[in-house]
Amino acid sequence: MKSILPVLTVVVVVVLIWVVAVVPMNVHLSADQAQRNGANIIPDTSIARKEVSGFVLALKNPHLIPLTYVGKRPNLPSPHQVGVEMFDTIFGKKINSKRSLVYHGWVTLAPTLLGFAIGTFLGLMLAVGIVFSRVMDKSIMPWAIVSQTIPILALAPMIIVVLGAVGVHGVLPKSVIAAYLSFFPVVVGMVKGLRSPDQMQLDLLRTYSTSNTQGFWKLRLPSSTPYLFASCKIGISASLVGTIVAELPTGAKAGFGARMLVGDQYGQPILSWAALFSAALTAAALVGIISLIERSTLRKMGIKPA
Amino acid sequence: MMYVIAGFAIWAVGWLLNVYLANGKSSDHWVTSIGIPLIFGITLLLMWECFVVGFEVNPVFLPRPSDIILRMTNEVSWLWADFNQTIIKGALTGYVIGGLAALAVAVLADRSEFLTRGVLPVGSFMAALPIVGIAPIFVKWFGSDWQSKAAVVAVMVFFPILVNAVAGLRDTTSMQRDLMRTYGAGYWPTLFKLRVPAAMPFIFNGLKIATTLALIGAIVAEFFGSPTVGMGFRISTSFGQLALDMVWAEIVIAALAGSAFYGIVTLIEKGVTFWHPSQR
Amino acid sequence: MTRDPVIKAKELHLTFKTNDGPVHALQDVSLEINKGDFVSFIGPSGCGKTTFLRCIAGLETPTSGEISVNDLTPDEARRARAYGYVFQAAGLYPWRTIESNIRLPLEIMGFSKSEMSERVVRVLELVDLTGFEKKFPWQLSGGMQQRASIARALAFDADILLMDEPFGALDEIVRDHLNEQLLQLWAETQKTIGFVTHSIPEAVYLSTKIVVMSPRPGRISDVIESTLPKERSLDIRDSPEFIKIAQRVRDGLRAGHAYE
Repeated sequence: MKSILPVLTVVVVVVLIWVVAVVPMNVHLSADQAQRNGANIIPDTSIARKEVSGFVLALKNPHLIPLTYVGKRPNLPSPHQVGVEMFDTIFGKKINSKRSLVYHGWVTLAPTLLGFAIGTFLGLMLAVGIVFSRVMDKSIMPWAIVSQTIPILALAPMIIVVLGAVGVHGVLPKSVIAAYLSFFPVVVGMVKGLRSPDQMQLDLLRTYSTSNTQGFWKLRLPSSTPYLFASCKIGISASLVGTIVAELPTGAKAGFGARMLVGDQYGQPILSWAALFSAALTAAALVGIISLIERSTLRKMGIKPA
Repeated sequence: MMYVIAGFAIWAVGWLLNVYLANGKSSDHWVTSIGIPLIFGITLLLMWECFVVGFEVNPVFLPRPSDIILRMTNEVSWLWADFNQTIIKGALTGYVIGGLAALAVAVLADRSEFLTRGVLPVGSFMAALPIVGIAPIFVKWFGSDWQSKAAVVAVMVFFPILVNAVAGLRDTTSMQRDLMRTYGAGYWPTLFKLRVPAAMPFIFNGLKIATTLALIGAIVAEFFGSPTVGMGFRISTSFGQLALDMVWAEIVIAALAGSAFYGIVTLIEKGVTFWHPSQR
Repeated sequence: MTRDPVIKAKELHLTFKTNDGPVHALQDVSLEINKGDFVSFIGPSGCGKTTFLRCIAGLETPTSGEISVNDLTPDEARRARAYGYVFQAAGLYPWRTIESNIRLPLEIMGFSKSEMSERVVRVLELVDLTGFEKKFPWQLSGGMQQRASIARALAFDADILLMDEPFGALDEIVRDHLNEQLLQLWAETQKTIGFVTHSIPEAVYLSTKIVVMSPRPGRISDVIESTLPKERSLDIRDSPEFIKIAQRVRDGLRAGHAYE
């Protein structure tokens, strides 16, 4: 709770910088628009204006400044514009309308959650395998690392096409991609976590003639809990990114990614920004939920959270 | 049919070979450590080849590895140009800029407990965001050449490195900090002699995560506008032409580049954090 | 004996606020430590001996009372590098070699390169670790690491040495050896030493003054001025005088426990 004030301060500073930045970013466009409406701009040709920086242009034509905040196709929408658009499309539209961000949010969220669950589960399985089998450790771990360097986005359209061809549509193809992206952080984190007990602890268990399985449940798994949560937080945000990215190239009609693309293609940047921010808020909420679970679980286990 | 059987046979041989090597006497030797994953990989490749032929999979869905390799050897100059554009100009530049900025901000934020408590949650929040969504915006701002891609990469790697660096700088025990206090050491000596070295394992954790992000960022950003060169550009246009083997060829290059990048950072990590229990 | 108090504590109180209620770590502690004294603090866990040492070092702030070191506040003394501190754990930096670890305080305090090299050689010899300069801490045993930690505390020649159970993790033979070396060091350098320990023979063997403390609340229950000669060998531990003093310490500890 004592973090609230510092976080707020940082957020306020960032927003202030944003508000100020709107002017130089948009002033050229506002100048063009205003001139078309008959206003007097210094310098008075678009070409001459291109040579001048945003700051200088705004200082020479202070009457443009308020206009930079209300442009229809701004380079940098003002916080107010984004906020209004978000409010409008979240609360102002029916939930199942194609213009509602809540509808698009769910289209993105469903495969994210499904993919995250699958990816975490498989990641855990593989981590256990790697920790307990030398063969798997030496043969698979290097490839697990390499697998993350494959730009999954390039495979996204192919996976969706392939799965579509065998009759799998909808949530599942995007989940596959989300699962792929959350899988690796969980593998790496859990391998580290399952291997984290120090030698003294392991030796103690050996003096009790503990089997590997018992050792797993009694020592390794509890010790790996902080690592599990850290990996899950990375994993869930990776899943969300994965789903959004999977929506981009396939010309999807719904979901946050689709909205971002639509806004870009139809020259409605405010739409893109609203979708981007909503995606951000969703990511924050998801990570926040995991953090809450983490805090209560670790507290019950007596582990101080990092 | 023969191919399918051959595929399974190769799988069996590869697996048994690896079991033998992994549990054998020389299992820690560096040759074996490289050999085992290599055998695993080659086995997988051969299985892929056999199954694609044996099950008569449509090459539009899944080309044969041999076709991909053929394409790669034929198009070396294109592949190199793409690599240069995307990896070197886009990803690497962005990585360095983003990394340096993150470390600078981490040290700045560290000066004040108040700032640290503000920056850490905000940074973690930003690290979780779908930053790739920024790509079209950056293309509009910086043009479609490599600069906008580098900018996307810089923003993408900034937050994970920042969060790890801040966490690392805090990770000293109170005893070590007390020791510094008994020497009357001020902020800067304590920072450089104790907290920065102690933070290195964390920083490298962030740097390793950032290598994969840099690659993905550079390629994805190209989907939103690129001159007629670049891996993302090549992938999307080749896919449009149904030249799947070219797509896979680019993916192979991406994978190799990414692994090399990650490997180099890991090597540097071994040198810098030789003292950490995980390296010994 | 010259009475020249370098550390003066008067009616020191220190209360920690914890989730289980306030903990009276120190209550009404008054003590004077003279220049050249070797003072041991002994008592069961929770009696405040480490807390008191940390107050002297300026690592804890008392809730009330006065304490001065060299006529300065502990914080000023700390910044003037008036003392060397040896913790219970060696706390060496794993990324530095042994000699580099010993150089750590010297670097911070701005000694010249040649001075640093000379001091490193000297203190390593004092603790019998010559030859291990280039090794890393994790290559040494626990006892050797602790000796290196002591060498580090000696490197910058502070007049006061504060040691918090430094030999607790060592075996008896090594402990005896180090106790002897410590006394020799003390005789050579004339430092004022504050030494926290759990061990009665160690406290009696090393000190000119033994402060017996008891817990809940942490307070001094006895201060014993040792009648043993300043020059002593390990054999003195079998002398009747030694045994008498040890008895008195033991009684003081028992009395402290009786307040349960």
